[in-house]
Amino acid sequence: MTEKGYDYTAVRGFAYSALFWLTVGLVVGLWLAAEMIAPSLNFAPWIAFGRLRVVHTNGLAFGFALAAIFSCSYYMLQRLTRTPLAFPGLARFHVYLFNIAIALAALSLFAGMNTSKEYAELEWPLDVGVVIMWVVFAVNVFGTLIKRAEKQMYISLWYTIAMTVAVAILYIVNNLEVPVNLFKSYSIYAGANDANVQWWYGHNAVGFVFTVPILAMFYYFMPKSTNLPIYSHRLSIISFWSLVFAYLWTGAHHLMLTPLPEWIQTVAIAFSIFLIVPSWGSVVNGYYTMRGNWDQMRTNYLVKFFIFGITFYGLQVIQGPTQGLRTLTSFFHYTDWVVGHVHMGTMGWVTMIISASFYYMIPRMAGRELYSVKLANIHFWFILVGQLLYTVTLWIAGIQQGAMWKATNADGSLAYSFLEGVVALYPYWVLRLVGGVIYFIGIVIFIYNIAMTVRGSKETAANAQPQAA
Amino acid sequence: MGIYSKPVTFAIVAAVVVLIGTLVTTIIPIFMPSTQPVSDYIKPYTAIELEGRDIYIREGCNNCHTQTVRPIRTEVARYGEYSKPEEFAYDRPFLWGSRRTGPDLNRVGGKYPDSWHYRHTYNPQSMFARSIMPAYRWLADSGLDTSYTYRKVSVLGYGYSEAEVKRQIEEYRKKVTSPDYAAAAVRNEVTPEELRGELTELDALVAYLQKLGRDVKTLRKRESAGVAEAAPAAAGTNPFAGDSNAITKGREIFQKNCTACHGADATGGIGPDLTDSEWKYGGSDADIFRTISGGRPGGMPNFETTLGRDNIWKVITYIRSMGE
Repeated sequence: MTEKGYDYTAVRGFAYSALFWLTVGLVVGLWLAAEMIAPSLNFAPWIAFGRLRVVHTNGLAFGFALAAIFSCSYYMLQRLTRTPLAFPGLARFHVYLFNIAIALAALSLFAGMNTSKEYAELEWPLDVGVVIMWVVFAVNVFGTLIKRAEKQMYISLWYTIAMTVAVAILYIVNNLEVPVNLFKSYSIYAGANDANVQWWYGHNAVGFVFTVPILAMFYYFMPKSTNLPIYSHRLSIISFWSLVFAYLWTGAHHLMLTPLPEWIQTVAIAFSIFLIVPSWGSVVNGYYTMRGNWDQMRTNYLVKFFIFGITFYGLQVIQGPTQGLRTLTSFFHYTDWVVGHVHMGTMGWVTMIISASFYYMIPRMAGRELYSVKLANIHFWFILVGQLLYTVTLWIAGIQQGAMWKATNADGSLAYSFLEGVVALYPYWVLRLVGGVIYFIGIVIFIYNIAMTVRGSKETAANAQPQAA
Repeated sequence: MGIYSKPVTFAIVAAVVVLIGTLVTTIIPIFMPSTQPVSDYIKPYTAIELEGRDIYIREGCNNCHTQTVRPIRTEVARYGEYSKPEEFAYDRPFLWGSRRTGPDLNRVGGKYPDSWHYRHTYNPQSMFARSIMPAYRWLADSGLDTSYTYRKVSVLGYGYSEAEVKRQIEEYRKKVTSPDYAAAAVRNEVTPEELRGELTELDALVAYLQKLGRDVKTLRKRESAGVAEAAPAAAGTNPFAGDSNAITKGREIFQKNCTACHGADATGGIGPDLTDSEWKYGGSDADIFRTISGGRPGGMPNFETTLGRDNIWKVITYIRSMGE
């Protein structure tokens, strides 16, 4: 098949946007980690932890991850349908709209305009902007799918469709609010209901931003990078449907032992445990795809990213449901354990798969080889070590904090004041910052490698590597 | 398989699959009484408390502080009675939080005097040297904007008239700017001169913090009135009197729990001087035990469950040793 007609402008635009917001989000993250050991760094309102944390989470979840998802979606969409984008102009407009929205989001969050609902902090005018942006994306997804030349839709397209539909529902329902003025609104839900709707959204934002579209990348870029077909089509069908069905039931595992009705909590636990099955369906499918070809772990630098990425995904989806059990949540919830958990998913799974996808996609669009495989390997080891140092440190910190909160004296009184529990964590928070710095160095190497590839110091023929979809 | 070649059908099926769990666990519960219980004893926020709550949201306090006490023994001992759904009937949005970098605040109302909150919010490290909390100085430096207050309470349906909102604001301004205000000294210390006669954002935040859990505490008091005054564990005599090990341990506990209010040398601050011979609530060992264990209305928190009997006696042993 030829390259003719494919429009990669939006793919490139979103890839560069992703790398830009990744840098911003990580710098903010490092600053936050420093504030955790030096509170005097909270020297101005806009930089104080409460506001900055929101910039970090939104900047990386939406600025970085979502831009990468749009980039890869526009790429996969064209390759897998063997059809150029239905509306390439609209896709380019999408890039501008996206970056304006993220920039305004960051500014408004710095200014303290936020609804307080996690990962849905943006105030209502920006919510409207996000919805318009999503419609713009959906028009291209369905427009291209309808025009497509390839009859069967490959697995990755199922995940892209599921994301497009689910995110729209989630975002709109959770952000229903009554405006007071341009900068302030109140949720239409109150108390326990607001909490329930929020964590239905919060958990599925993880599901349909950090899981579903990343699986779409995994199912496409891993077979492409290895030249190996995915092990089982049937397994991917089962995994897909059971994943998108079960995910929506599990939000309340974020609200264990709160005033939310107990049955909602229990249903959430049951479906969380069930979710291990479809999640591991994809993990197993990934591993078995490599069967007989594991030597590629050595010979093909991209395989490491995919295999470690899917492994962290597999660990994530065991750890998540386990820590949601009532007995364990009573110990771990509200501690740093959960912060460690989230960062294994984002720094391990999400970033590794996006890195590999970019390494595959960007040189091909540029018609060149990657600037340096050696740097890509160094990038890999830095983000792996940085992430492990970060997450393992916080798990241990979480165990210690949970234990200190629960420790009692012989007479039943509390063994530690709250502050003692904070002071005990400072050494861990130093290590966490070190982990973050190592990880950040890896990301800087990644961005440098991509930038040098795009600048094109090593011209090669466009068809040096197999391109067939 | 047909639907894998029909994108629109596929999207509709996917939407239906996604909506099943959504309906059962999220949409249907919205209309069930168990998620929206109401109770007479829970009162809506006043205009000032609501403004304080919006400042709490603006500063992202919920990123480090939770507002749900779980029904776990040590958690109830640390914070107070566990949270009930009806308490949050007026919370739009809810502020339960997800991480306790700082302590839970659902029962903080009435635990400390206003002066504690002024000083602590303004400069936490001045009270707890190793506290991780940012110093929210700018809240004391900013006048409170009340131009949208009436609109806010209207959107939230609290049922106050515009005149009532104005009255509440003016009443609170009079309260905190009066020289008789119990926290006047600390408030003047943190508030710049030109704002001392006006409401600041910190005033509103303190009002909000003092509201948290107050209605539940009021209810419990009403319930236990009539019944005998819930006497904190009968005091008895100090088993550690004069014990030098107890003095050392008592000093350690004192430094962790008491110096923020009573000063490093126990000569007073927000709380009274403990080295003189004056005792507001009686100076016998048993009286002091009751004061520490059960707390006192002026702002002394209770330490019955957090410190426990033995540790309270050791603190008393230490306090006694200072007078010698």
